[in-house]
Amino acid sequence: MDIVNEILEREQKKAEKYKPITVEKHLEVELDIGTLLASDTNDLDLKTLQSDKERDNYLQALSRDNTQLLLNKVWELPTERIDEAIVVKLPAPKTILPRSKPVPKPKPLTKWQEFAKSKGITKKKKDKLQWDEQLQKWVPLFGFKKAAAEKEKNWLIEVPQHVDPMTDMYEKKAGEKSEKVAKNELQRLKNIARARKVNIPRVGLPVTSDKANATQLATAAVVAKASTASLGKFQDKLPKEKEARGKGIHELIPGKERKRKAPIPTPQAEKENNLNLLDKILNKRPKIDIEKAVAKRIHDEQVQRSEEKKTMKPGKGKRKSKGGNTTNFTAKKPKGGKGQRNPNKKTPGRKRR
Amino acid sequence: MAVIQRIKKPTTRRGKKVLLSKEPKPIEGPKQCIFLQGRNPSERTRKLLKDIYDLKKPDAAFLSRKNDFVPFEDSSLIEKLSYKKEAALFGVGSHSKKRPHNIILGRTFNYGILDMIELGADKYKAMSEFHNMKVLAGLKPCLIFNGPAWDLNQDLKRLKSLFTDFFHREKVESIRLQGLEHALSFTATDDGSIYFRSYRILLKKSGQRTPRVELEEIGPSIDFKLRRTKLASDDLYKESCKIPKELKPITKKNISKDAFGTKMGRIHIGKQDINRLQTRKMKGLKKTPEEKKQMLMKKKMARQAAKRTQAMAA
Repeated sequence: MDIVNEILEREQKKAEKYKPITVEKHLEVELDIGTLLASDTNDLDLKTLQSDKERDNYLQALSRDNTQLLLNKVWELPTERIDEAIVVKLPAPKTILPRSKPVPKPKPLTKWQEFAKSKGITKKKKDKLQWDEQLQKWVPLFGFKKAAAEKEKNWLIEVPQHVDPMTDMYEKKAGEKSEKVAKNELQRLKNIARARKVNIPRVGLPVTSDKANATQLATAAVVAKASTASLGKFQDKLPKEKEARGKGIHELIPGKERKRKAPIPTPQAEKENNLNLLDKILNKRPKIDIEKAVAKRIHDEQVQRSEEKKTMKPGKGKRKSKGGNTTNFTAKKPKGGKGQRNPNKKTPGRKRR
Repeated sequence: MAVIQRIKKPTTRRGKKVLLSKEPKPIEGPKQCIFLQGRNPSERTRKLLKDIYDLKKPDAAFLSRKNDFVPFEDSSLIEKLSYKKEAALFGVGSHSKKRPHNIILGRTFNYGILDMIELGADKYKAMSEFHNMKVLAGLKPCLIFNGPAWDLNQDLKRLKSLFTDFFHREKVESIRLQGLEHALSFTATDDGSIYFRSYRILLKKSGQRTPRVELEEIGPSIDFKLRRTKLASDDLYKESCKIPKELKPITKKNISKDAFGTKMGRIHIGKQDINRLQTRKMKGLKKTPEEKKQMLMKKKMARQAAKRTQAMAA
């Protein structure tokens, strides 16, 4: 027993040499070890906090206690040794802080991507370089050195037989290329508009390179015919002319919305409709448009008054007196020198004589 | 002021890179901070901002030019600068007769003001006035919030979140024990005074594994007084605190633990096919050789028909 007591005593002495690491708190301190944050909700000692002398010491003691509590918890975490340094793994932080930017949204699909998705079309990877038989070398698909290769390849372009022999084929090719670029740009803009849900006006006819098919031509003819002030009402019909049909035509021509035919009514409903119509005709009464009536009345009065004025003879001795103004509207007195002066103005105020 | 889905395409590769880097990301780095000076900053506010800037240093910029603006009336300058500098936190110092030694701390969300809190620096002792060893720059400090007012007052609650946002530096996985050197203490009372103190942590022997903590004040020491606040609406704040799907922990379904800590799993089995069920074998139910032959023929015919239709389709 002596040995046990001795050891205990020695331990006690050892512990007395150091200050304690435990802290007594009335309410438990909330700790968020992930962010190294401690929030102490215990009441403060307001008296010492208000005195200038003791405030700093009090705050230091308070902070020391809370830091001790936080670090006690940190030292309990599993440690690891990385490059001569002891490292602890922190748990995930509990406090949620606002982000600096909103959560990223998935990019809206383009029309093609949507179509490809619905059809299950996947992108095929093409090689960056392709073997060119004519040039006998590897030519990139696009980008650097592609244009040079193309130039080398097309040092001469044959003019086809059905084309005017004086056409510049290089110019034609460049034109086609720029057309393609423009179309691509238009589609890009359309995709952006679609993603933002902006209504854009319809573009009349589809862009075609040179040849249009029969339906496109028919559409163009119908639209052209309707492009008069009277929407083509008085335009003659050509022999064998057919009305273009299909999607899009009715939107292009104003006043040509298709009306859905009413379904065939039941005999009962038909009878009721007819009787209603008959009633309406038999019980017809003149409609009174109050606005119109009022306007008419006002007009009549005005006409009458003007007639009276014309027939009335002007008074003999009554003339306008010189000074007295019968009307209330008087010309404003010129303000000479009053108010703000404008040096640029040519007439500064009243002329003095 | 969103960057995504702009109509004009960037012309250079570098410009594209810049725009891409400004796009929102699921995991964001540490928030950058800008410090501005208002119309007529006093010496105290300038020094104070400089001290806070020193505490925040690698992720902060101090803009030394004076700006003729009042953040509480027109915040467009801050929004512009936050876009330009990619900074989500800001501090503005100004001085006037009505509001002496005024410090405005705030943060932005999507380049628009989220929170803005005005504090008056009543008493201030700079970092340079404490003649002792300071801590290394860029350390993650321990944040200590004292007083029940931090949880009771709505403004102070947001200020606590703002202070945490300002000084917590970055979310880290692990930390070096010797690197726990810095402690920031914020003490709030009910009457709106906030005592900001900064200490160096000294780890002393305690005879155990956990050391005894002693503190030494290194400054700055500031006594703030809470003034005006402009806090985000609950909707906006909630949106800004949204956690992206990628970062949410994936919960594993059908796994549970009972009281004894045994792991239990629930398994779903599809519908059982009764027709194919192997029942008791009997001689009477066995197929005769003729029946077997017929079945094989049937299968063969079906296969051939399928092949033909495939060929037709192709």
